Amino acid sequence: MTAIFTHELRSYFHTLTAWLFAAFLLCFVGIGAMLYNIQAAVSNFEYVLSFGCLVFVVIVPILTMRVLAEERRQKTDQLLYSLPVSTVEVVLGKYAALIVLYLVPLAIICVYPLIFARFGEVYLPTSYGSIFAFFLLGAALLAVGMFVSSLTENQGLAAGVGIALILFNYYSVSLSEYVSTSPVGSVIALLVLICALGLIIKYLTGSGALGYWAALILAFAVAVTYIVSGEALEGLLPEIMSALSLFERFYVFVNGVFDLKAVVFYLSVTGFFLFLTVQSLEKRRYN
Amino acid sequence: MLQVENLTKRYGAVLAVDGLSFEIAGAGVYGFLGPNGAGKSTTMNIMTGCLSATAGTVKISGYDIYENPREAKKRVGYLPEQPPLYLGETPEEYLRFVGEAKGVRGAELKRQIAAVIDETGIGDMRRRRISALSKGYRQRVGIAQALLGEPDTVILDEPTVGLDPIQILEIRALIAQLGESRTVLISSHILSEVQTMCSKILIISHGRLVAFDAPDALEARLASPGEISVTAETDAADAKALIAEIPGIAGVTVVSDSPERCRLTVEAGGGDIYALSKKIFLAFAGSGAALCELGVKKASLEEIFLELTEKEPETVVGEEAESA
Repeated sequence: MTAIFTHELRSYFHTLTAWLFAAFLLCFVGIGAMLYNIQAAVSNFEYVLSFGCLVFVVIVPILTMRVLAEERRQKTDQLLYSLPVSTVEVVLGKYAALIVLYLVPLAIICVYPLIFARFGEVYLPTSYGSIFAFFLLGAALLAVGMFVSSLTENQGLAAGVGIALILFNYYSVSLSEYVSTSPVGSVIALLVLICALGLIIKYLTGSGALGYWAALILAFAVAVTYIVSGEALEGLLPEIMSALSLFERFYVFVNGVFDLKAVVFYLSVTGFFLFLTVQSLEKRRYN
Repeated sequence: MLQVENLTKRYGAVLAVDGLSFEIAGAGVYGFLGPNGAGKSTTMNIMTGCLSATAGTVKISGYDIYENPREAKKRVGYLPEQPPLYLGETPEEYLRFVGEAKGVRGAELKRQIAAVIDETGIGDMRRRRISALSKGYRQRVGIAQALLGEPDTVILDEPTVGLDPIQILEIRALIAQLGESRTVLISSHILSEVQTMCSKILIISHGRLVAFDAPDALEARLASPGEISVTAETDAADAKALIAEIPGIAGVTVVSDSPERCRLTVEAGGGDIYALSKKIFLAFAGSGAALCELGVKKASLEEIFLELTEKEPETVVGEEAESA
């Protein structure tokens, strides 16, 4: 695992990727700090981060698009498979390198609240709590991006899908206000989600029957619920959309609450997508 | 040492590898020969853990590639068909990564990298980017990678494909040298290549092993018995009468006939073809008809190869019909 990790890290710093990523993140957070903390003279650094988290939509896919897609395109994935290193180690090694890469600009960002504290009163626990949540949010998004990269050998496609996914997640709460709250709307949304789940199962296991049956059983369960008590489904769709939002939970920290549930949520999302990435790589060996 | 037992790989309805079993042990270069699509790359990918098998086992130096992948993979070096190189790195950086991933560290890693760079002759290129290297050198870097960790078994998938003639000769010499101390398995669809390099040849066709022997033994054992062309100063009828008395002849065809000279082709029925040609010589000598020409034509490995790999589809089709 350490070999994969150091190799990955070295290659990031050899190319422009690492520098661009750090420059982009620092630039965006810098602009935010200037607008809020300096021009508007607000002492809350967490507002800067809540403004800055939009940058993830662009930088996470750019950083993660090549991490596995490029291996596949260059056929170097065959080398990884033939080395005495397990797939879990490959994924963890690569992910750890991404995290370290992300921690470098974050360490610089950690200095900002201290600087501002010299010129006024800054409530540091909220600032650092938010930075911590900012880190977890980014870490979860990196895991999502890595999974997307494992699905294709086309970097551009990986980046496009990554941007779309993260953008949708970013706006999902705003969008949830406009979607139907009626039970029928919820049923339709659930069916779409079930179809997506079925397709993921089919893709990862390579067994069509398993995916179809899982989707059918879930669809049946939804139908039964709808017939038995339609009201139970009322407003479910907007609830699901906001529940899945990674960004929404971050704003809780910005408002000064250290939400342990959110920490668990971020870690679960990270773990889940790393698991999916391992499965996606393993699957290529088993097709 | 490499043990493959009953290996089967199915892609949907297509049977790529079909109950393949063989065992190779000891130093030497072994050739894995088959036409395109015979299942060579699939088998090699399975043997090195890049692909799963539908059934069967692969053991490398006694370690099962599925049950004990870490130990098994440490003992095998693999060069896939397309060398898996990180083009932005130099050979030195690349080899350091592969060595570390194989669990070699520190001074030992330095020593091994120097050794494989020396062995594959890429010393002058060690600090250039791989993207700037020619195909032949990239292939060498790929081989160097496979040698790191000092594996007992080295598997090279079509190591000479796409190289120019000089590079091919160089890579062949390199492989022959590697085979002095290790078990080297190379795949190829080019027969002459395998014939010159390998001490033993495995021929596969449609995912099945159809022959496994030394090139000479293959010729001796599997060759159609061959032909003897005879030109004699007599007419065809007399010549045929003379030959008909010799035992061990499958058939005679007349190529040309005139009262003073005839040409015949004698099909040998098996056994030593030179003993047969001697008998023909003596028969003609005894009758007083002068032999102008006596030519022995043995079946070449090329013919054996074609014969072995072409007749197979029928049996496969037959089996499919049965299972359906």
